[in-house]
Amino acid sequence: MKKRERRIFFTGFGGQGIVMAGDILGRASAIYDGKHATMTQNYGPEARGGACSSQVIISDEEILYPYVDRPEILICMSQEGYTKHVKNLVDDGTLIWDEDLVRPGKGNKSWNILRVPATRIAEEMGHKMMANIVMLGFLTAVTGVASADAVRQAIKDSVPPATVEANMKAFERGMEYGQAVLKSRSKGNG
Amino acid sequence: MRGKKRELPGHPMDRLLRVDRIPHIWCSGCGIGTIFGGVLAAIQKLDIDLNKLAMVSGIGCTGRMAGYIKVDSFHTTHGRAIPFATGLKLARPDIKVIVASGDGDLFAIGGNHLIHAARRNIDMTVICVNNLNYGMTGGQQAPSTPLGFKTTTTPEGSPEEPFNFCYLAAACGAVYVARWTALHIRLLTNSIAEALQKKGFTFIEILCPCPSVFGRRNKMGNALETLKLYHDRSVIKNEIDPKEAGIDLFGEIVVGKFVDRERPTFIDYYRSIVCHETPEDNVIRIAR
Amino acid sequence: MRDKAVEKGIYFMNGDHACCEGAIAAGCRFFAGYPITPATEVAERMSIRLPQVGGIYIQMEDEIASMAAILGASWGGVKAMTSTSGPGFSLMMENIGLGVCTETPCVICNVQRAGPSTGLPTNVAQGDMMQARWGSHGHYEIIALSPSSPQEMFDMTILAFNLSEEYRIPVLIMADEVVGHMNERVVIPDIEEIEIVNRAKPHAPPEGYLPYRPGPNGVPILPNCGDGYRIHVTGLTHDERGYPVMTADAQAQMVEHLVNKIVLNREKIIKTTSFYLDDAEVVVISYGITFRSARSAVEQIREAGVRAGLLKLDTVWPFPEELVRSLARNVKALVVAEINLGQMVREVERCAAGRCRVHLVPHHGGAVIRPERIIEGIRAALKRKRNR
Repeated sequence: MKKRERRIFFTGFGGQGIVMAGDILGRASAIYDGKHATMTQNYGPEARGGACSSQVIISDEEILYPYVDRPEILICMSQEGYTKHVKNLVDDGTLIWDEDLVRPGKGNKSWNILRVPATRIAEEMGHKMMANIVMLGFLTAVTGVASADAVRQAIKDSVPPATVEANMKAFERGMEYGQAVLKSRSKGNG
Repeated sequence: MRGKKRELPGHPMDRLLRVDRIPHIWCSGCGIGTIFGGVLAAIQKLDIDLNKLAMVSGIGCTGRMAGYIKVDSFHTTHGRAIPFATGLKLARPDIKVIVASGDGDLFAIGGNHLIHAARRNIDMTVICVNNLNYGMTGGQQAPSTPLGFKTTTTPEGSPEEPFNFCYLAAACGAVYVARWTALHIRLLTNSIAEALQKKGFTFIEILCPCPSVFGRRNKMGNALETLKLYHDRSVIKNEIDPKEAGIDLFGEIVVGKFVDRERPTFIDYYRSIVCHETPEDNVIRIAR
Repeated sequence: MRDKAVEKGIYFMNGDHACCEGAIAAGCRFFAGYPITPATEVAERMSIRLPQVGGIYIQMEDEIASMAAILGASWGGVKAMTSTSGPGFSLMMENIGLGVCTETPCVICNVQRAGPSTGLPTNVAQGDMMQARWGSHGHYEIIALSPSSPQEMFDMTILAFNLSEEYRIPVLIMADEVVGHMNERVVIPDIEEIEIVNRAKPHAPPEGYLPYRPGPNGVPILPNCGDGYRIHVTGLTHDERGYPVMTADAQAQMVEHLVNKIVLNREKIIKTTSFYLDDAEVVVISYGITFRSARSAVEQIREAGVRAGLLKLDTVWPFPEELVRSLARNVKALVVAEINLGQMVREVERCAAGRCRVHLVPHHGGAVIRPERIIEGIRAALKRKRNR
């Protein structure tokens, strides 16, 4: 069987927990889903503008070249990140953006395009900084790139103990939103 | 003759010396041997466990002390005796550490290390022999060379003002600061013994004749004449602000014990603040 | 304290942190360092972990002091380490030489970034490979390892401590920014499964003991400070007593000893990992992060029918001369991929000595070499006329 690597790219700005989102996804896959996972973060000029990104590769086999040059899933939580990285998304790739933070341009017809008000949902829950966790919930629901249980475990490992409950709620809200989007789509198609 | 020689009683310092390395390399008239004797006498006096004593030195005439003392001794790189000693002391708080080196080693190339070790209050005694130049390499300018004095690299006279080492060490936080000359051997010995008993960064500067290099180039006569100069010019001013304690070869050479205070050491703070082993309050109380 | 030293488990951890865990598992209880990107995470984690296991962490005033301090701590009998990157590695060179000359066990982790000078502080390179070999003055041998993943950062840091204790020499971990900063699964095994080597201690009485006399494996059995031997340790050329001797004969004897204790044990020291060497007509030689691209390239080009093999240098110094010589006799070409403009390739060329083509896939630094470039390199090497 040809090995399948999932290549995920998170982009946004400092303070949104972009690196943490990548770390949680990688941790979920590497520790709880029993897969190989590599997470790298982008350094360099991007850090100065407040822009930041993290890249995750998930695979059944050992991961060699560690960078995601052409993501198959691109998650944009800032306009700058969208503008800079959207061109790298592969044909038939999945493009996800926070609908209150990104005004998208003309896309590629082959892309699977999904949007979620992650930051707004987090704000409504009273925890704006958990937008990354809402986004992870959404991502998990719509792509199945990691199992929901694995991501839940990884969140528990990663967030301060006092905030576990709130973060789990944020994750579930993101999941629900994603499931609802999938449902409405399948209806639309049906 | 040979048989008779073997019967001679050993020197009382022999147990402290690597006698198989004698004769030493120091020039005749050099004060380092006398100062080294003072160091050994202080160790003898305190009856320190010689297996739990280490000497660390850098490069230069004084740095060779480490080669003659019969304790664990480390002759390191130029200027780096203090950070080496820092690692040794922190790894082995049970071992008493003496750093012996010259003014150039400790204050030029090693200056940054000295100020930080004093600031951290690493528990060690620094013996700084100040011969006003780089003696081993033939007499180049040092951070101690007095303004206008000649060295091989300042043939017209040094255009730089020297450091006041005691003032600097005190400002950086040393808990014991004293200056003597090679002539004040009793006071020096007592001072070294006092410093060795103190916990924290202790510093003693000793003005030392360098007749074959610095003395000759600056027409200061032989070693005896330099000692006479020390005798005539030095004034003991204990407890004086080291800022006021200058070395003026034409005026006053201020000697004495300038600083003697208590301050928690790096290890004290580490154990309380980092390891929570001792209540922080205790240490901070000592700090005040 | 030991339960905290080896926290068995499966982690998702970056390479810098894995290095710390390896160090502490190996018995490191002293760290002196100075913050520098991309090695700062090593210092940061050590500042948390060492107090938990009864160790000492100190941030020194610079890397010169850091290197001096770990030598001092090692003589105190405590396993000691520092970490740094390019500019700091340059500053450490003098005291690495002191460590070599005085035969002081210690470990230096260099998380390489692109140079020269300040260069690209946050980007990868493998430009310090020759500095690792020859960076301190004088003629000497050194041991350097090259990890390619966080797991190897853990494993190789333990190996580095073991080698440094066994051969009494500073051991360099030549990591890089990508390996240091990437997160991957790191398995920390049970303490019982970790092999730990501790330096040999003398048993003979101190009187007349010759501390620098080479032991059975060519390595002297030296006491720690405070053991009652009251020895002299110097960076000057010294004899078996440890005393300075300023003659050409003493110099010859000491340098010969320092070189031989590594050269004569190199088969025990050198570790490499081989892929598809049996049928290979072309072999890629690589190390560290670049190995991963090289392996990707080799897997891909083999699917296209090219009989390519791969040699990963786990130990970069001493260089596996015999192995590369024998490869050179059996293949058409050796392809070296590294993030510099040709450093380890010089060793490969020297060992190949014209017996096969040697083709370099270089990189100026700042990014990882992509597998496609190595594939192109392999194809070019096979097409190229025999050089020289």
